Amino acid sequence: MNTRRVAIVGGNRIPFARANGPYAHASDQDMLTATLDGLVERFGLEGERVDEVVAGAVLKHARDRDLTREAVLGSKLAPETAAYDIQQACGTGLETVIAVANKIALGQIDVGIAGGVDTASDAPIAVNEDLRQVLLDLNRAKSLPSRARTLTRLRPGQVVPEIPRNSEPRTGLSMGEHTAVMARDWGVTREEQDELAAASHQKLAAAYDRGFFGDLLTPYLGLERDQNLRPDSSVEKLAKLKPVFGGEDGTMTAGNSTPLSDGASAVLLASEAWAAARGLPVLAYFVDAQTAAVDHVHKGEGLLMAPAYAMPRMLGRNDLAFDDFDLFEIHEAFAAQVAATRRAWRDPVFARERLGLDAPLGEIPDDRLNVNGGSLAAGHPFAATGGRIVAALAKALNEKGSGRGVISICAAGGQGVVAILEK
Amino acid sequence: MADLYTQLMRMPVTSTVGKRIGLPQPVELDRGSSAVGGRVLLGGAGRLAEAAARVLAELRADSATALDDPVRELAARAGLDAAVFNPAAPADHRFKALVFDATGISTSAELVELQRFFHPTVGRLQRSGRVVVLGGERRALEGFTRSLGKELGPRGVTVNLVHVEEGAEERIGATLKFLLTPRSAYVSGQVIRVGTNKHKPVAGRTALVTGGSRGIGAAIADVLEREGAHVVRLDLADAELELDITTPDAPERLAERFADGLDILVHNAGVTKDRTLAKMPEDRWQSLMEVNLLAPERITEALVPVLRDEGRIVCVSSLSAIAGNAGQTNYATSKAGLLDLVTDIELDRGITINAVAPGFIETKMTAAMPVGVREVGRRLNSLRQGGLPVDVAETVAWLAGSGVDRNVVRVCGQSLLGA
Repeated sequence: MNTRRVAIVGGNRIPFARANGPYAHASDQDMLTATLDGLVERFGLEGERVDEVVAGAVLKHARDRDLTREAVLGSKLAPETAAYDIQQACGTGLETVIAVANKIALGQIDVGIAGGVDTASDAPIAVNEDLRQVLLDLNRAKSLPSRARTLTRLRPGQVVPEIPRNSEPRTGLSMGEHTAVMARDWGVTREEQDELAAASHQKLAAAYDRGFFGDLLTPYLGLERDQNLRPDSSVEKLAKLKPVFGGEDGTMTAGNSTPLSDGASAVLLASEAWAAARGLPVLAYFVDAQTAAVDHVHKGEGLLMAPAYAMPRMLGRNDLAFDDFDLFEIHEAFAAQVAATRRAWRDPVFARERLGLDAPLGEIPDDRLNVNGGSLAAGHPFAATGGRIVAALAKALNEKGSGRGVISICAAGGQGVVAILEK
Repeated sequence: MADLYTQLMRMPVTSTVGKRIGLPQPVELDRGSSAVGGRVLLGGAGRLAEAAARVLAELRADSATALDDPVRELAARAGLDAAVFNPAAPADHRFKALVFDATGISTSAELVELQRFFHPTVGRLQRSGRVVVLGGERRALEGFTRSLGKELGPRGVTVNLVHVEEGAEERIGATLKFLLTPRSAYVSGQVIRVGTNKHKPVAGRTALVTGGSRGIGAAIADVLEREGAHVVRLDLADAELELDITTPDAPERLAERFADGLDILVHNAGVTKDRTLAKMPEDRWQSLMEVNLLAPERITEALVPVLRDEGRIVCVSSLSAIAGNAGQTNYATSKAGLLDLVTDIELDRGITINAVAPGFIETKMTAAMPVGVREVGRRLNSLRQGGLPVDVAETVAWLAGSGVDRNVVRVCGQSLLGA
């Protein structure tokens, strides 16, 4: 089958804010619309019909049934631009890029925008589940007496709303608690987590200082940089924080775990011909992607270890090894997650017992990992992270002039997504 | 069946008092299971680690290694699904057993690897745990394991050293399984040499146990039967084969009885006739010698021709033979004489010979001792308690299966007496 090369033309995001910060009153739709408009302005797409916009959010209101389409209608894109939502927890952002890229590769579309948005501030709060059942039954009741009977089931406790929780439905453990188990299983130390977190802040600050984000970012609601960024972060300062997951001798703190965040991102993808016709640059090409999932419910697998499985499948198919990559972007959901995943990739036992490989993938050199900072510093609005990483990696590859980069994103539900970009 | 002192040390009030005044607190040893019963940490990367990992995989033992340790590559090759251990990371890692391959140590300077592996891990050993060091005839290791055995013994932990001949790497299975499981409950501070003879399972084989109707002999017969052997118990009375082994025609009669073949011969029958040498008349000396040494020698000579290939001879010697014991010149001479048999006899066809040397074992013989002597005898070992007949029996059963040859293994809880 003939497929076309998929060009990453550019990206845009709004600075990421900490939950209940500057974006406390911005909805998913507000932020996604603002982000799309920033992208439209940057690439002169005002009033243009883009073939497709694909985006998603993890925490979604019931009213946001077609969040992306509504954002498009509110944006400066032509209202004739089609759109749809997809959702795969923290993999959402990268999955939207994959969805757009695949259609371009197949020739079904020439240009598309992939994006993601999330707010932990403007979280959807739902009616109490008991109350909801009563109300639905009331609606179904046909006669007055049966309606009256249904109403007798109302109880005072039913005023307590359903608030979304950051926990796995099938284990009841929060993501942090799951990661604490992974940290323990893989012998991850507090020191290395804090080192990774400090490096993330320092590298993100350096990237801002040299203007790296100048054409990747649109200020929003008074914020010009990621609110979570602490340029003066250091291992010594991080070492003072108390553990929040894993009990008293836990190693995970608020400093080496990502905070709840608000934000949005978008990436412009196109065929080479479309980009050339517009005189737009190609930052990098989207090469391949792979998802995987683990059974964290019954088989004791680490909740966030799925990328460890996805990566070798993708590399094997492309006949590539870690040595072939210049840049590695591993989403820093938690420093411990990054450390555990790197351990798994260099572990001969994991390679053999879990991956069925004769040899491990190998070590990722520190100087190729998340070179412009990661989620620990930038924050992590769930579905917006994929777009942030794709745009930044494409730009970094473009700056290098040539090379290959790989992305790894872990997601709730025991899932993971990885992808390859190259220039 | 804990002894009175041990029972007292487990009762709330007496144990508190005992601890205060510094009395030894014997722990209950794990027995009776063929599973390790906890996580095994494997370290060291010499020529034996891969074979050891294979044994752990066969045992389906919950195993672990350090992450960035060459041993992990070997574990992977052996198909061992080992967890990761990092002493620097907080984790409630506890281990039932520590296995260290010391054959990677090629210079004295590298002996520090022992400290590096065990220092962060010995504190994580569970009660009645196991330490096994795999070596290749480096004497320094013996000083290490014997001292560590004395340090860990009070917690019921045994420490043993296995020297493995070059080329015998894949022969360590039976021995390692024995040393890692509760079957070796009372074997500690030993140096075991593994050669190239193959393991031959006891199941389905024919065994003769002399003195097999009572005490340690009965326990040996029971354990061999449990392992699936067809056991013939020989004794003066109450036995399938009632025979006085000292009679002149006993060897001939036994050779006839087993004309169709015998696989395992256990010389267990023995007597004590204690008396200081100054008061020891010749007949007292000699009648003991007949039972304990001369009859076994004659019977061995008569039965070796009917022993099948890969046959096994196991002699029950005694710690007295090694350490000496006042009033037991006759007994110790006879039991040490069995060790000469182990050393000197010429055997072929894969037949092996070994001896066990029990220390203080709780039997009718020891129950008859004066209380003071008995209490001291019980405590004078690293495990701070006496052994049970089954501990000797498990050791005999291991020697009756594994290809270990010409070894003398003490079942003494690392007694303070003797070498």
